[in-house]
Amino acid sequence: MGSRAATRTAFDWSWLVIGGCVVFTVYIAVIPLAFLLWQSFRTPQTATVPAVWTLSNYVAAYGSSETFRLFWTSIRFASGASLFAFLVGTALAWMNERTNTPFKTVFFALSLIPLVIPSILFTVAWILLASPQIGIVNQLLQGWFGLEQPPFDIYSMAGMIWVDGLHYSPMAFLLMSAAFRAMDPSLEESATMSGASVWQVLWRVTLKLTWPAIFATILILFVRSIESFEVPALLGLPVGIEVFTSSIYTAVHRYPSQVGLASAYGVALLAITTVGVYAVSRLSGKGSKYATMTGKGFRPRQIDLGSWRWLTASAFIVYFALIVVLPFLVLLWSSFQHFYTVPSREALRNLTLDPYRFVFSYPDLASTVWNSLLLSFGAATVVMLVTSVICWIVVKTKLPARWLLDNIASLPLVFPGIVLGLSIMIFYLNVDIGIYGTIWIMFVAYITRFMPYGLRYNTTSMLQIHQELEESAAMCGASWTTTFRRIVLPLLKPGLVAGWIYVMIVSIRELSTSILLYSPDTRVVSIVIWELWENGQYVELSALGVLFILSLFVLVLVARWVGSRYGIRE
Amino acid sequence: MLNVEGLFTEYPNDRGEIVRAAQDVTFTVEEGRLFTLLGPSGCGKTTTLRSIAGLERPRAGEISVNGRVVFSSGTGVFVAPNRRGFGMVFQSYAIWPHMTVFENAAFPLEVGDKKYSRKQVLDNVMRVLTAVQLDELAEREATKLSGGQQQRLALARALVMEPALLLLDEPLSNLDAKLRERMRFELKRLQRELKITTVYVTHDQTEALALSHEIGVMNQGRIQQIGRPRDIYEHPANQFVADFVGNTNFLDGTIACHDGSAAYVVRTEIGDMHVNSPRQMNAGDRIAVSIRPEDVELMETQASGENIWPGTVEQKVFLGEAIDFRVTVGTRSLLSRQHPTLRTPVGGTIFVRVNPEKCVVFSA
Repeated sequence: MGSRAATRTAFDWSWLVIGGCVVFTVYIAVIPLAFLLWQSFRTPQTATVPAVWTLSNYVAAYGSSETFRLFWTSIRFASGASLFAFLVGTALAWMNERTNTPFKTVFFALSLIPLVIPSILFTVAWILLASPQIGIVNQLLQGWFGLEQPPFDIYSMAGMIWVDGLHYSPMAFLLMSAAFRAMDPSLEESATMSGASVWQVLWRVTLKLTWPAIFATILILFVRSIESFEVPALLGLPVGIEVFTSSIYTAVHRYPSQVGLASAYGVALLAITTVGVYAVSRLSGKGSKYATMTGKGFRPRQIDLGSWRWLTASAFIVYFALIVVLPFLVLLWSSFQHFYTVPSREALRNLTLDPYRFVFSYPDLASTVWNSLLLSFGAATVVMLVTSVICWIVVKTKLPARWLLDNIASLPLVFPGIVLGLSIMIFYLNVDIGIYGTIWIMFVAYITRFMPYGLRYNTTSMLQIHQELEESAAMCGASWTTTFRRIVLPLLKPGLVAGWIYVMIVSIRELSTSILLYSPDTRVVSIVIWELWENGQYVELSALGVLFILSLFVLVLVARWVGSRYGIRE
Repeated sequence: MLNVEGLFTEYPNDRGEIVRAAQDVTFTVEEGRLFTLLGPSGCGKTTTLRSIAGLERPRAGEISVNGRVVFSSGTGVFVAPNRRGFGMVFQSYAIWPHMTVFENAAFPLEVGDKKYSRKQVLDNVMRVLTAVQLDELAEREATKLSGGQQQRLALARALVMEPALLLLDEPLSNLDAKLRERMRFELKRLQRELKITTVYVTHDQTEALALSHEIGVMNQGRIQQIGRPRDIYEHPANQFVADFVGNTNFLDGTIACHDGSAAYVVRTEIGDMHVNSPRQMNAGDRIAVSIRPEDVELMETQASGENIWPGTVEQKVFLGEAIDFRVTVGTRSLLSRQHPTLRTPVGGTIFVRVNPEKCVVFSA
């Protein structure tokens, strides 16, 4: 309605802001997709031969049995990892929400910590733990039990599923916790009062009501797993287990680089994720039918586990050890070594600070850290501000095409990081506006990639702002821009701050998009970690990793503190 | 002062159907008067108010204030709400939670076209806050106010820029009964003192009768009747108005014969009834008679005269200051409001009398 606020005579800034944001969003979200499709139908351009239209990329990509294997491996990996993450996350969520497991409030807070461990460091840590050659767990077990063979091999499909599943299990935990918490206990109680037994209640009411949440959670995890790049690249590529994401990377890094083939793979991957994301949105759209949320505050019914509750408590401890303590400790241990060794008394005597000296004397360290901070802070700020306007249009106006705008801004959600990197690379290679190879191309990529998250955070807050709060500002004589600046943005603050922190964290950890876009001058911290890994500099990598995790942790704490300080006054 | 002429406002709902919210709405409010739009929910009264505010864009019609046209479909004029200079109090009060009481009230002076000095802002804001008795709480967080205080703050904010017109959208509906009654007096006092032209929207007939100089009763997007509160109550223009404003008994019947110049005998379900009505009607016309509960007299002993029927007490509802009797007369049951001193038991015989003057006749 505020869109009508302009008078016919005077020029109004609101149209500039609204129009600018819409054009920016459409540009940033649609361009990569269009160019990816375009490029997948082109032959590679060389100095002598210009590019022409072709279907050969698709023929090459889909004509071979190799691709079928690739597809099958990707599906197996993603299904395995998502189901594993789902089972672990759901079991923990159920224990946390529906049982009297001791210390569970602590566990809920701790479950947010894995957010600050980037995927690449998590994967490296698990290599250091469970690699057949150098894995601590393997060597210790072999030493204790005199085994001939190392018991675990992280370089396998099972290893990939284990690491990726563990890494995404906190997400499953959060999603399923929300589902369990949202359920009105009176729905179960009325089934009990109707004479249903505990199992009948569980099967016919609880499970049926949670079914949409279960299905949506598994789908989200599946999409995330099939998009993961770090785990397949580090664990799969050395032993020839290839999935779409790692194949795209190798196709681009081959000489000559096969961008067309990579695009054809990218389109296939995009098709899979699009189906997944679409199914999730349909599922949550149907949510109203299954709406188990009521305005009332209630505590869900809790099951008394008796002495079993110590078992569930230890399950939490084991889980926390696997996901945070062990990976961090192994990085910490190796960061004080000259070269990577299993902990022993002898190794303890050889502790050194050399890896840290190496990190601090690293030539580009300052500019790398600066790049990371600049990109993450900049991307978070731009994303949150632009999506606040987009979200306002979608939620508050009655413009006819607003749903389309919502979908366009959410479009990058279907892009796996590496595919997005690929399409942005292709576009700015072909359309030279002078940002290829600069930090700006990564800035554009981060904004594109994380725009949907900003939109979600803003939408949640925006829906809670009563229409009359804006209308009363208009009645007070405020123009649209004044209203937006002085009423809407301050009221959005909780969502803006939370979204800003989230986008900042995921940007600073970002690897799979940056890996195709960085140049020697525009490296970010995660890229340096990648390079150290490629060079086999494990102890130096560990030192940088430990510093990276600690600073991310501090950054999150500071951001949360600032957020609660300057968030909305309750 | 305010002229609304042939206003049509329509909008699509969530399912894309067109809601005909205001249909051919026409009325005038004189300078310094309080005009109420009264009607059930969904009757289009709020849409009409929002069209005057500029928050909805009408399809057709013309709105002018003091001769200044703010909307006209004929000439294509549409003044944005922030340029109209009207004050408005919303149903939810719309107090901004991120500002203090003072900041809320000062907002209109800061954002408008007219620039005020710091001193002027302070003076003006404190003057309105004093008028609504919130001057003591000026520095308080707006969210720490009670419902009644928030309502008064919303009023102060609407008044601070000395608007040409004050628009009130069900301002009392979120308050509890006791507070609502007090705020009703408060609002009336302020409006009468400041002599500010006001359009008031409510679904509460008591509020409308208590506050207004004039009432426009709306139903299904159309204005049914415009009149002073007493006219609306005593001489409703149609069955809807009679039913919506106050309680009433309806009796269906046909005109039996003339009984003098403005008097008729009506054949009703409970027997022949003498009614007085200025309407021109002929024998055989099908009509409905409306009698207010307080006009249905009850007597324990039979008196002589016209319009008296014997009945049986069916039910009693004790309300404190009054008592409602449901009395069966023939096949019909009638509602009657009595002083609580009448103590006829349920099942007891009672005599009903209706004054022909108090009967209102509508064509059925």
